Amino acid sequence: MLEARDLACLRGERVVFAGLSFTLEAGGALLLTGANGAGKSSLLRLLAGLLTPAEGRLLWQGRDALADRAAHAARLRYVGHGDGLKPALTARENLLFYARLWNGEVELALAALDLLPLADLPARVLSAGQRRRLGLARLALGVAPLWLLDEPTTGLDAASVERLGALLARHRAAGGLVVAATHLPLPLPAAQELRL
Amino acid sequence: MRAWLSLLGRELRLALRHPADSLAAVLFFVLVAVLFPFGIGPAPEALARLAPGALLAAALLAALLPLDRLFGADAEDGSLDQLLLSGLPPSAVAAAKAAAHWITTGLPLLAATPVAAAMLNLPVEAWPAAMAALGLAAGFLSLLGTAGAALTLGARRGGVLLPLLVLPLAIPAVIFGAAGIEAAAAGLSARPYLLLLAALLAAAVPLAPLAAGAALRVE
Repeated sequence: MLEARDLACLRGERVVFAGLSFTLEAGGALLLTGANGAGKSSLLRLLAGLLTPAEGRLLWQGRDALADRAAHAARLRYVGHGDGLKPALTARENLLFYARLWNGEVELALAALDLLPLADLPARVLSAGQRRRLGLARLALGVAPLWLLDEPTTGLDAASVERLGALLARHRAAGGLVVAATHLPLPLPAAQELRL
Repeated sequence: MRAWLSLLGRELRLALRHPADSLAAVLFFVLVAVLFPFGIGPAPEALARLAPGALLAAALLAALLPLDRLFGADAEDGSLDQLLLSGLPPSAVAAAKAAAHWITTGLPLLAATPVAAAMLNLPVEAWPAAMAALGLAAGFLSLLGTAGAALTLGARRGGVLLPLLVLPLAIPAVIFGAAGIEAAAAGLSARPYLLLLAALLAAAVPLAPLAAGAALRVE
């Protein structure tokens, strides 16, 4: 269970958001919407522990989530704006490092987003949508209860959105949590919406 | 430790795919050494007198070349976020970066040392000491440079700021390294100077990654 209490975020001198609270139960999904610059990405980075909240607390199972950042990192997957890919490495090699880290199975992750035919191509030659899929394939590596997704469907075709939907449904059925920021419709049925 | 080694392996694999970066540093090093005979004139004694200092200065400048992209590329493509969420402490990420920098830049420089030393007419007896001094000094610079790269990450003109930040701190390495090579060239033992250099390195091994890790966290 993830609980935010009165979170506030500062960027420079500017207050991006303040007094933000929500509770997300196991299997739940939270959709972050709002205009550009409303703080969706900042909130996701804050939930990931990449930013420190100016105020408020973030609780995981009732305990301070950010007290032990390594433990917090181990229970989450973050898909940010950048895909985190190295152009010189092949699709398979790009996943290999994370697979070792998280005890994941590279082939399964590649298959989950239909990337097997592209596995031995360097990420440099992949299209934007294919790169996005490769970034998302990290979700299928190992097990982490909290998924933080920043505009996950940007550049994806309908078939890939469907595959992501299946991945999200499986994750939630197993009790996983999803927080996603988006402008596009996401395959997240019965998600709470938080307007920033 | 296993995660740290896989990170180091990833960095080395990436460097292997971009051999031009290491090659550029080595060529820069050799070219600087080649410039000295032209500037000073081919008088062997004058060159040999300058050789120890020139070798160290050239090597440290060459090792600085790849540093401004050390974290920059990862920050731009989102990999840095993933590394910070990898469960490794930020200081361990920095330590892996420093180790990879030493292996991919410091070691090739070491291999090119005989060529540069010959250009500068350094007596052959002093070559082993020169290689030892350069290896240690390059390690020291890799560590300092990693901290500098983390601190200047995201700063405008970070590429200019980095040498201004790192080179003054590298002065002790130049002093002890050059003194060691000079001693060996004069037929004396280079050992005390190399040990002092090794002590500098030993102090930087824990401190520089901690500083770099803290800087990555703040960013």
